[in-house]
Amino acid sequence: MAAVAPVRRPKRRSIPVGRILLLGFFLAFVLWPLYWMFNTSIKPSDDYLTVPPVWFPTAPTLVHYEAALFAYRGLDGLINSLIISLSATVLSALFGTLMAYSLARYNTGGQHLSFWVLSQRFLPPIGIVLPVFLIYRGVGLYDTHIGLIIAYTVFTLPVSVWMMFAYFRGMPKSMEEAALVDGCTRWEAFWRVAVPLAAPGIVAAAVFAFIACWTEFFFALILTSRTAFTLPTVFRAFIGFQGAQYGEAAALAIVSLVPSIALGVLAQRHLVRGLTLGAVRG
Amino acid sequence: MAEVRITGLHKRYGAFHAVRGIDLDIRDGEFTVLVGPSGCGKSTLLRTIAGLEESSEGTIEIGGEVVNDFRPRDRDVAMVFQDYALYPHMNVAKNIGFGLKARKMPKSEVEARVAEAARMLGITPLLGRFPRQLSGGQRQRVAIGRAIVRSPRIFLFDEPLSNLDAQLRDEMRGEIKRLHQDIATTMIYVTHDQIEAMTLADRIVLMRDGLIEQQGAPLDLFERPASTFVAGFLGSPRMSFLPGTLKLDGSAAAIRLSEALLPVAPGRSLNGAVDGQAVLLGLRPEHLTRAHAATPAQGTFRYDATIDLLQPTGSRSYATFRLAGAPVMAELQAHDVSRPGERLPIDINMNRASIFDAKTERAI
Ligand SMILES: Nc1ncnc2c1ncn2[C@@H]1O[C@H](COP(=O)(O)OP(=O)(O)OP(=O)(O)O)[C@@H](O)[C@H]1O
Ligand SMILES: [Mg+2]
Repeated sequence: MAAVAPVRRPKRRSIPVGRILLLGFFLAFVLWPLYWMFNTSIKPSDDYLTVPPVWFPTAPTLVHYEAALFAYRGLDGLINSLIISLSATVLSALFGTLMAYSLARYNTGGQHLSFWVLSQRFLPPIGIVLPVFLIYRGVGLYDTHIGLIIAYTVFTLPVSVWMMFAYFRGMPKSMEEAALVDGCTRWEAFWRVAVPLAAPGIVAAAVFAFIACWTEFFFALILTSRTAFTLPTVFRAFIGFQGAQYGEAAALAIVSLVPSIALGVLAQRHLVRGLTLGAVRG
Repeated sequence: MAEVRITGLHKRYGAFHAVRGIDLDIRDGEFTVLVGPSGCGKSTLLRTIAGLEESSEGTIEIGGEVVNDFRPRDRDVAMVFQDYALYPHMNVAKNIGFGLKARKMPKSEVEARVAEAARMLGITPLLGRFPRQLSGGQRQRVAIGRAIVRSPRIFLFDEPLSNLDAQLRDEMRGEIKRLHQDIATTMIYVTHDQIEAMTLADRIVLMRDGLIEQQGAPLDLFERPASTFVAGFLGSPRMSFLPGTLKLDGSAAAIRLSEALLPVAPGRSLNGAVDGQAVLLGLRPEHLTRAHAATPAQGTFRYDATIDLLQPTGSRSYATFRLAGAPVMAELQAHDVSRPGERLPIDINMNRASIFDAKTERAI
């Protein structure tokens, strides 16, 4: 006698209410300020403070963008920021990688130098900005691109070094040793083996450095004036005697977001790629 | 192809003395195995030969030339690492050809040599793959390919098989031995596996605490160990050591183990030994057999043993019993013994037994 197999109904997938709620809340939390900013940037000035608010402007306008970019010189600030941040990021990643490699592989400076490098971050910027300002004025670096690039490179270097130091120390030495025995000089082993393997770490350190430079305000304020001013310093101009320029501020904020988002998308691919996977045993 | 001569080599890491004075002559084409317990300085010695570590004292000559101040790349050696150390961002062909490219060899010749090495190792179909796409055994082959493609003067191996499973290890061991027969280049091979040492070596160098304990042909070390350390390290299951006293009576010598008196093989030299000296009698399991003849043969001692532990392996059974209070293991035919508790006559072949001084643990 054959047993009758119970008919198994395909299990109906229940709707994950909890998850949707949670995600919805999170999305609202993240996107609401962006929506508000974008909305403000395209509203005519008369609509700013109405009650109830204008949720969707019926007559969107680009006047705020035009004013922010040209009248308030936001475009010049954007270009300066790009030049300075990118240069400082590249230099910081380059020197950071070299220095971290030396600390990790040659134990340069014993156990204290590496910590000393990090300890530079403990110093409050306000403590050094005045001497730096005076020196810059004296040597002609005040209000120059080079001046700010040097300052930003120096300020981001400790974190770059520390991140890369941790990365190199976690990397097995044997691949570089294999390269040395195979016929490389130290320098070649570094460039052809260590650096490609450390690429995800270098990219991560560079992203950190870039974000720090891109959003830096204090040094830019003190060390620049009409020539090398950066995007964050432009925002000062929107708060004036006759009230705040909400539209211009929002428009420029949207503009300043673009490079950050582009960078995020570009870097993500590198950051998740586990290059060393499968190199050694396992 | 080259011989290696190491003289008075020391290596210190700060206050720690890892290699404490090594003299070693390796002939051209010889397969030398450095073996010893963990931490005895095998890798350190090998890496110093490769130039990856600087020596603190002493000289290293390769092919008659002192290479102490040579960079690794100028020593013309190849090394296979325990973790393979393949370059993860290059495919197999690039991995194998990397050293040739680094030495500025023309591209067409690199390709020809890589193809030849891949053919020798049977990894031609893998040339386009990346290391992460290979199994452990395949990675090992690529690592060996990277070494042989350069035709170096010396091959250095640091425990190349220790990450493989038992079966693959046996197979690769055979292949390395064949490789050595085919290319006959000097090879220095580090392992702590005594089977690998016995099967591969022309010469075993057994190290202990940064010094060479004994070196020689595998069978010499196995049959005539210089100390209990060597005797215990080589051979599995281990040699049994029985404490006793030496009895010298004219030309006849014997070892007293409480009430039993075991005759030392006549003609065996006992230089320097004195009557009443405390000794250790070293017996390997294969020196003991079940007695079948009515009277023991010349140079054997018969003992009525009560087996208290039995470990059958299929073809053989390892039987442990007590002799004068100390445990002794015998390797018996499987059908010679059936169960623990059994009483058996065991013949001990005293011609092959080793005798050590009990205090110094050196062979007599
Ligand atoms: N860079 C180093 N700094 C300090 N001590 C070290 C260093 N490298 C090795 N040693 C020490 O030197 C000794 C010998 O090490 P080595 O690696 O040569 O041992 P080994 O014989 O290869 O052991 P194993 O079989 O475990 O690989 C060990 O005690 C080790 O702790
Ligand atoms: Mg080792």
